[in-house]
Amino acid sequence: MKPSLSKSDASDASAAPDGFDASAAKISFRGAGKTFPLKQGEFTALDEVSLDIADREFVTVVGPSGCGKSTLLNLAAGLAEPTTGQVLVDGAVVTGPGPERGVIFQQYALFPWLTVRGNVEFGLKLTSLSAAERRRKADHAIELVGLADFADALPKTLSGGMKQRCAIARAYAVDPDVLLMDEPFGALDALTRVQMQDQLLDTWTRERRTVLFVTHDVDEAVYLARRVVVMAARPGRVHRVIEVDLPYPRTEELRLSPEFARIRNEVWHAVYHQEPAGSVAPVT
Amino acid sequence: MTVLTAPDKRPDKPPAASGRRRRSRTVPPFALNLAALTLGITVWAVATSAHLVDVPGPLSVGSRALQMAGDGTLGEDALASLRRVFLGFALGTLLAVPVGFLMGWYPLARGLLEPYVQFFRTVPPLAIIPLAIVTMGIGETPKVFVIFLAAFLSSVVAAFQGVIGVDSTLVNAARVLGARDRVIFLKVVVPAATPFLLVGMRIGLGASWATVVAAELIAADKGLGYEMMHAQTYYDLPTIFVGLISIGVIGLVMDRLLLRAERHLTAWQERR
Ligand SMILES: Nc1ncnc2c1ncn2[C@@H]1O[C@H](COP(=O)(O)OP(=O)(O)OP(=O)(O)O)[C@@H](O)[C@H]1O
Ligand SMILES: [Mg+2]
Repeated sequence: MKPSLSKSDASDASAAPDGFDASAAKISFRGAGKTFPLKQGEFTALDEVSLDIADREFVTVVGPSGCGKSTLLNLAAGLAEPTTGQVLVDGAVVTGPGPERGVIFQQYALFPWLTVRGNVEFGLKLTSLSAAERRRKADHAIELVGLADFADALPKTLSGGMKQRCAIARAYAVDPDVLLMDEPFGALDALTRVQMQDQLLDTWTRERRTVLFVTHDVDEAVYLARRVVVMAARPGRVHRVIEVDLPYPRTEELRLSPEFARIRNEVWHAVYHQEPAGSVAPVT
Repeated sequence: MTVLTAPDKRPDKPPAASGRRRRSRTVPPFALNLAALTLGITVWAVATSAHLVDVPGPLSVGSRALQMAGDGTLGEDALASLRRVFLGFALGTLLAVPVGFLMGWYPLARGLLEPYVQFFRTVPPLAIIPLAIVTMGIGETPKVFVIFLAAFLSSVVAAFQGVIGVDSTLVNAARVLGARDRVIFLKVVVPAATPFLLVGMRIGLGASWATVVAAELIAADKGLGYEMMHAQTYYDLPTIFVGLISIGVIGLVMDRLLLRAERHLTAWQERR
């Protein structure tokens, strides 16, 4: 079936959690590579990645540190230009960032001079929304990440996990089509982390954004995604793409199921027992 | 003008290891300052009354200060100096902010302006005084101009450094939320550069104050520097002391006020 364009079409979610149209690639990496010039020669951070992410699909990316996960995300965000190939979003070549592609940065990147609400409203102020509407949306996003009591606090007074949640609220607030998340739950404690995962999946099943989610946590990668992209380092590249053939909504029960364990083990193996392509052995 | 920063710069250092150290920290810094001042004045009084040094003692300087304050000369002189400083400082900073931001933001502006800024930065403003007097006469203009230059140069470099030092992830965060150059500049670059600018302004105010006194030493008919120069010809040491102490006190007060403003405006910063 062709997915409805209305993102808040709730009926769609229950009907076909996996009912995205595989032919309609939302994000498409076509031989996209990125090299950085060094003093001598160059460094290949990403070597010709080809990958299609379907509309409304949830894809996670795992891989060892320095394998180019953030670089991959930056290409899709339009914050970096590929040195080879191209990246397409909705069939158009990405030429720069835009509010339809929300990014959550690995380093929170909050504006330290703005309060939590100020940060969350930043993107909304660039739209034509009325002040009241802005406020409503911002408060909703702040509520969603559980920071309502800290709406007027400055980032310097927040813990690492709270800063991260503020960054998430800021991205949610502008209601982007695509969410590009770079280890967004990395700074959270285990409990908050699980809550945030469930919350993210919950919003995703309701609003069905396309999500590209980077993590170094194999459990998280499997729990969230329909497909896990396992990357390898030196040069950074896609090592394997593993399908997670588990139904949504994902539950705690599922997390403890043998099927989950099987896929988790497969991903784990792909991440930590990669045949060394370059000089480095995989880190365990 | 580098002044003691003891009272404010008492951040939460890691707890001192020795108990002795900790006890000394419980004495309020203000009390320590006051004790040091009293001690200094006492030493001064003793040294002068015992004729160890041939300068006026605190009593004669104090009575001279009261006299000058009473007949209005002290106030007039201070006001004359302050007027020049504020005028020059205001003009200098006002121009430095757009120029510094421009240089930081547009590589073209930077390439064109940087050689001049860097060159004039290495020339002490005081060295411009002879030139300023020859070309602008001995009125207010050359003095204000030199102060303007001193304030401008320290603020422009600070603003420029502030802009190029802005964390690129903050700029990226704004870009992915849909911000274009104008918004990024006004809502990200300007606030992020403000702490740098304020530090530059503080240095600029210090430099302005130092410059005004020197400028008045060379040519003026009013002002604290002039009063000291005038007293010098009559070997009027108490007046010179009054002038020196006034310059120090006013400089200190201005610095404190700007520091206050700076703390207030950058309260969002994480301080170590
Ligand atoms: N601007 C740059 N200049 C030079 N090299 C860079 C630059 N940015 C990234 N790299 C290199 O590219 C490689 C991939 O970086 P990237 O940040 O994408 O890794 P990552 O997979 O996100 O790592 P992590 O899990 O630690 O966040 C790294 O080896 C890094 O050193
Ligand atoms: Mg990264």
